[in-house]
Amino acid sequence: MKKLITIAVTLTAMLLAMPGTSLASPQQDLKNFRQYFEKRFPDTPFKDFANGALAKGIGTPDMISQWQDMMQFPPFDFALAKGKKLFNTPFPNGKTYASCFKNGGIDIRQYYPYIDNKTGQVHTLESDINACRVKNGLKPLGWKKGDIADISAYMASTSDGQPLQVKTPTTPAELAAYQHGKAFFYAKRGQLNMACADCHMVHAGQWIRAEILSPAIGQPTGFPTYRAKWGALGTLQRRFAGCNNNIRAKPFKAQSTQYKDLEYFLTYMSNGEPVNAPAYRK
Amino acid sequence: MPSNTIRIRAQVKGGTTDVKSLIKHPMETGLRKNKAGKPIPAHFIEQVTAELNGKQVMLANWSIGISKNPFLSFKVMGGKVGDTLKLSWVDNKGESDSIETKLS
Amino acid sequence: MNNTRRVFLKGSLTASALGVAAGAGLLTPSSVLAATWPKGAFERKDLKEAMKMIDGSSSAESGHVTLRAPDIAENGAVVPVTMSSDLDNVVSLTLFAKDNPYPLNSNYVFSNGGMPYASSRIKLSKTMEVMAVARTSDGKLYSTKKQVKVTIGGCGG
Repeated sequence: MKKLITIAVTLTAMLLAMPGTSLASPQQDLKNFRQYFEKRFPDTPFKDFANGALAKGIGTPDMISQWQDMMQFPPFDFALAKGKKLFNTPFPNGKTYASCFKNGGIDIRQYYPYIDNKTGQVHTLESDINACRVKNGLKPLGWKKGDIADISAYMASTSDGQPLQVKTPTTPAELAAYQHGKAFFYAKRGQLNMACADCHMVHAGQWIRAEILSPAIGQPTGFPTYRAKWGALGTLQRRFAGCNNNIRAKPFKAQSTQYKDLEYFLTYMSNGEPVNAPAYRK
Repeated sequence: MPSNTIRIRAQVKGGTTDVKSLIKHPMETGLRKNKAGKPIPAHFIEQVTAELNGKQVMLANWSIGISKNPFLSFKVMGGKVGDTLKLSWVDNKGESDSIETKLS
Repeated sequence: MNNTRRVFLKGSLTASALGVAAGAGLLTPSSVLAATWPKGAFERKDLKEAMKMIDGSSSAESGHVTLRAPDIAENGAVVPVTMSSDLDNVVSLTLFAKDNPYPLNSNYVFSNGGMPYASSRIKLSKTMEVMAVARTSDGKLYSTKKQVKVTIGGCGG
């Protein structure tokens, strides 16, 4: 019995010390999260985490040089130009996307996602793009790829280099979405029984077959991202679904509460990392 | 001359013109099948040519082994700011496009 | 032997017959530019056969030709490859991907100041050797090879 109590006490102590237990405040979580990765990757400058597995001190020189070759003239160049054109094309009522956003939609990516405290809903850049369309009498776009990714990528490109600065959760609605997203990140799921944190914290930087697992910190900065595998731009939530498929979990729908809250948590945890969307990945 | 399929950057540095371009093209091999099991016909760029001030400097003969949305970079000795560089492609279906740009 | 093949056998547009014709003003630059795509060479499934198309099946390994390609391709559908040479009389650079369905990948012909340098992105169907061959104006061939590993997959859908 005494032994059991000791274990329980030890476990509680461990939980308290672990990043990502629900006992800490968001600020404390953020601090722990950063420290975890900074300690884990001492050769990686903080802002380089925005480059994921290709960051200095993580990717191999062979990987990094291929990526740099691709970035000489990235294959998303056409999609980005299309996104800009779509963004600037007036709706039938004469208004444009710019009318729905602060600062005309320019240089705002770093503030996403945010919470509407009235509804408690997380707003992502993509959800605001579609809300803008609906407000102006148009049908919403598909969530994961195509026009929405192109428009979102163009908007994000106007924030190039800006550090992510998601508002620290303080209101009940913000804290609820934050805790929900955090729980998702650390929860095991799927037939492989793995959490986001298993690959992207515990095993970050390690090989899984021919891949290096990217650290969770900085992951959202490059989205929408052009993946060679997709041959096109895709949104962060498209990637979430892909990850969930990989661990044989049933993916949630893009812009579901689950994925929105996860995006909110993950982006807050990446605060300070520079926006570099659209990024290129293999 | 604008182009919907070619994006190009041509810069003079230390007496050498450095050209980088990206072409929008499916580069379909003809070896793949669609979901219904029918072969997807080959559709790929056969030749790319570059002219500096009207003189051919490079001719590329390509195959189905070049990636989708091809990238091409090449260099030309000489060239000065304001010179005209023309890049053209033609594919196996006879479709083609070209772009002209001034060296910068 | 058809005409297309003969033109390509000669290796480049600056080679004898066409070069003379162009020099004599018999061919305008635009008709030189329209030189036929060497279909026969690109349809060879055998590397040696395809190599014959550039005037012989053997070439000397040479430090004068540089081939920059990855050790492990991040994605076999998009492999960045750069060929170059420090020789001053190179008329063409040709790239072979040994075990692709058709080994002859691409061929670049230079003239009027075009330098022996070509960078592109290629498809590799599996792990294989790629080879760059430079042909000089005196008809000599210089080559260099590199093994590129291609892995299947990539995380996520």
